[in-house]
Amino acid sequence: MLGSRYARVALFLAAVVAVQLLAHAAEKPFFLTQLTMAAYYTLVAAGLSLLMGYAGQISLGHAAFFAIGGYASGYLTTVDLTARREGPLVAVLARLHVLVPHADLYGGEALSFHPWAAFAVAVVLTLAVAWLIGVPVLKLKGHYLAMATLGFGTIVYSILLASESLGAADGLGSVPPFPLLPGISVGGGRAARVANYYVAWGLVALALLVLSSLVESRVGRALRAIHGAEDAAASMGVDVARYKLKTFVLSAVLAAVGGSFLTHFNAGIGPAEAGVMKSVRYVAIVAVGGMGSLWGTVATSAVLTFLSLRGYFGTLDDAVFGAVLIAVMLFSPDGVLRFDPRGALRTARDRLRGSGVAG
Amino acid sequence: MQLELVLQYLVAGLTYGTIYAVVGVGFNIIYNTTGIINFAQGEFVMLGGMTAVTLHRFVPLPLAIAGAVAVTMAAGALVEATCIRWLEKPSVLRMIIITIGVSILIRELALVSWGESVRALPYFTGNEVSSLTLGGVHVSPQVLWSLATCVLIVVFLWFFFQHTSLGRQMRACAANRDAAALCGIATKNLVTLSFVLSAGIGALAGCVVSPITYTAYNIGTGLAIKGFTVAILGGLGSSMGAVGAGFLVGVLEAFSVSLMPAAYKDAISVAVLLAILFLRPSGLFGSGAAARLKTA
Amino acid sequence: MKTLRLAAAAALLAAAFHAPAAEQEPLKVGALLSVTGPASFLGAPEARTLEMLVEELNQKGGIDGRKIQLVVKDTAGDPAKAVSFAKQLMEEDKVFAIVGPATSGETLAVKPIAEEGKTLLLSCAAAEVIVNPVASHVFKVAPKDGYAAEMIFRRMKKMGIKRIGFLSSNTGFGKAGKDQVEKLAPGHGVEVAVSEVYDKAATDLTAEVTKLKAANVQAILNWSIEPAQAIVIKNARQIGLTIPIFQSHGFANIQYAKAAGAAAEGVMFPASRIVVADSLAEKHPQKAVVASYKKAYESRYKEDVSTFGGHAYDALMILVRAVKEAGPDREKVRVALEGTKGFVGTAGVFNLSAADHNGLALDAFEMLTVRDGKFAVLGE
Repeated sequence: MLGSRYARVALFLAAVVAVQLLAHAAEKPFFLTQLTMAAYYTLVAAGLSLLMGYAGQISLGHAAFFAIGGYASGYLTTVDLTARREGPLVAVLARLHVLVPHADLYGGEALSFHPWAAFAVAVVLTLAVAWLIGVPVLKLKGHYLAMATLGFGTIVYSILLASESLGAADGLGSVPPFPLLPGISVGGGRAARVANYYVAWGLVALALLVLSSLVESRVGRALRAIHGAEDAAASMGVDVARYKLKTFVLSAVLAAVGGSFLTHFNAGIGPAEAGVMKSVRYVAIVAVGGMGSLWGTVATSAVLTFLSLRGYFGTLDDAVFGAVLIAVMLFSPDGVLRFDPRGALRTARDRLRGSGVAG
Repeated sequence: MQLELVLQYLVAGLTYGTIYAVVGVGFNIIYNTTGIINFAQGEFVMLGGMTAVTLHRFVPLPLAIAGAVAVTMAAGALVEATCIRWLEKPSVLRMIIITIGVSILIRELALVSWGESVRALPYFTGNEVSSLTLGGVHVSPQVLWSLATCVLIVVFLWFFFQHTSLGRQMRACAANRDAAALCGIATKNLVTLSFVLSAGIGALAGCVVSPITYTAYNIGTGLAIKGFTVAILGGLGSSMGAVGAGFLVGVLEAFSVSLMPAAYKDAISVAVLLAILFLRPSGLFGSGAAARLKTA
Repeated sequence: MKTLRLAAAAALLAAAFHAPAAEQEPLKVGALLSVTGPASFLGAPEARTLEMLVEELNQKGGIDGRKIQLVVKDTAGDPAKAVSFAKQLMEEDKVFAIVGPATSGETLAVKPIAEEGKTLLLSCAAAEVIVNPVASHVFKVAPKDGYAAEMIFRRMKKMGIKRIGFLSSNTGFGKAGKDQVEKLAPGHGVEVAVSEVYDKAATDLTAEVTKLKAANVQAILNWSIEPAQAIVIKNARQIGLTIPIFQSHGFANIQYAKAAGAAAEGVMFPASRIVVADSLAEKHPQKAVVASYKKAYESRYKEDVSTFGGHAYDALMILVRAVKEAGPDREKVRVALEGTKGFVGTAGVFNLSAADHNGLALDAFEMLTVRDGKFAVLGE
């Protein structure tokens, strides 16, 4: 079991490298930009896959966590604290070397948080929000849970859209690059493209490692039991509430990491990232990829998001999404990777024959 | 605040409320018969309005509305036949996702067919500036038409479910589908009927509010979310609850504008909904037992 | 036999040397437009305008014999997609210049990318921040919000209006307007008694206008570019408000006037003269341009022109003019763009410079009103 998980991640990494080399050889290095963006969106889908697939909890508001992470990072690295330089809080932060001077939009000097500090805040903030929301929300089931997550997403979106300090409808811009390690900086510049690509997919690989080890562990088995039958699981001593909450928080944090990194990569973020349509997209990707299948979800997310970001479907982007979603849900509800052609045909035949008859 | 202002806000709330209430009722009809939340409900409202505007170019208004309702009912039947009918005990998750997919598809089809421009039906009586003054409060006649239509729909549904054989069969289906089937009730056809009914109601609502607001290919999503909110708030499965909740949410939003920046209007009703859900998951008017049964 | 072969060879040689001059590589122009999605009422007419223009230009032989190839990317109003497509257009399609985006949010996301990639960006969006601070490769063809507000306030002063209620939509356009209004109002002696932001997808705004009524304002200023602005007008009249209603230049689409129907009578707003093309005097400098664009667009697409589509016209034609003057060298075209003087577009007469990447002045606007359901010039 152990070997197979690491082996799969290794294979995954090999594929990542292969794609990069291919892109280089085919003289299309710019594919990497869109692949990098797709990677960060995939982080959200991966976490959501665990939540929906193993814990069986739907979340129609997960884009909100992505946005919280992104906005936290974006805001803290662009807010100018120069005016409050003398204030006690800022002085403390400066002493902790958490603040960094940089040029602002008009050429003047601004004092903001260092991206690492901002990132840390983003993660902690998301963790806290997910925990606070998770406790009451996860007590609900089915449609009520769907509504509650949808409602949460709506509230976050409304707040982001209404807040002047967060840029309201325009969102945040001029977000500086994130100097991860000496020499590697998460940002949109052309020179750093290959490095950014590996950082992004490296993160996905890391997430896959963590998530798949979770799936195969005791916790994972507990989660699968919950998905199967909550009451039965509870009667066997599984602390259902705790596991659901942990999964929820983990998936939220993953989304926030994706949001934070993408904000640095795109040098900005807008309120649309928290919107209902984005949340629905993530759910759709998980459904198509297979709710219990991490790898299916990652593959689906990578492919669909990449194609969408390249405008492959032009103005029919959403239509294609909807069509694919319906097709998969009708004919291969366990996801694209688990498509059973004979089973699907059989089902279709039976249903068509049986439809119209009473009962 | 003066009484006149309070009443004016109330009228505003009732205007919003009608729209929400009717969408919420649509949700409940399908939910009651199938246990499915149809996220495409908002699209039925949109289709009604859009089709009516197109038909109105050729036929007088009442005919256009009737035609639009008929076309949308057909669309509802089509959706049910292709996506719902032949699924065998699908999970809640799967159904939510399918109906989301359906709503996306309908929306995109509308975009391709009608383009992105906005349009509206003419006012049934009067026009954009006509306004009746009732005790110091000004209200557009179209608002009264909407309220009347809402009442009509509720009365019709009540009559249908209580006093017609078909309606009673649908209620039996809602209570216990397998038992109903055992009694010889053609449950599959009733499911189709519930979609058709929901679509028709949504379309009628879309036609009657179109003059007040406007109709465009993308109004469905927002309406669906509001309708869903209202249906849950009123207690899933209770049409009267949805109506009550719809008006409650409408009035709440209207008064929230008087107290705080209008920018937070949408967030307020959702926040209230969440608060209620956390304290009373079966909604304001729903019964706890029914809720538990339905979400198993 | 030999003579025939020689003749054939000679003919072939002649043909080889006489390679058709027109078959040069086409000039690729990219477009980032929100053709679908929440800002489709901006992006769709702009895309249609570009397609129509490119076809027209190519029929006439293109630019100095070189055909224009238009690559339109539908961003659906999503800044992340705009960023992705911008990079794609620049590196993969290797476009010469980019027209768009249509919204301010997307433009601001794309601005640094275009600047870094040294690709000309001619945005159709309105926000002031697009050209201030000036980025060498980023231009804007939509007029300044500040001027629109200025026109409105001058009119208000003339009418003796001192206390207004302000409604703006929760989009980049609305927000930019709000900033300008709050900045300029005191200077004209106008007090903004109530300022509310409403949702761009709102279905009814009776509560918001009731709040204005409660504040006893003398006029309403409604700043939005979305269809929902018509609802404000209707609702205001329906609750019995007879005070003057001012709109922003985002109202300059006859569809909005139609949507507001009888309630739109007497609404006042600043706009460029494209929407009153018919009533422009023959000798007005803009008459020829706006009349021909209007005729071509309306006959082809069977819908009324708006200032939105006009922006795309201006962006492309300014670019074309610069390319005709300077040839296909990017830096030279950039300089030529900055040197554009007296260019007659749909939005007004453009006079750009190194410091002014917009080029429109206050006179680009005319105060208009709605009379008998049509746009007309508001007299004195």
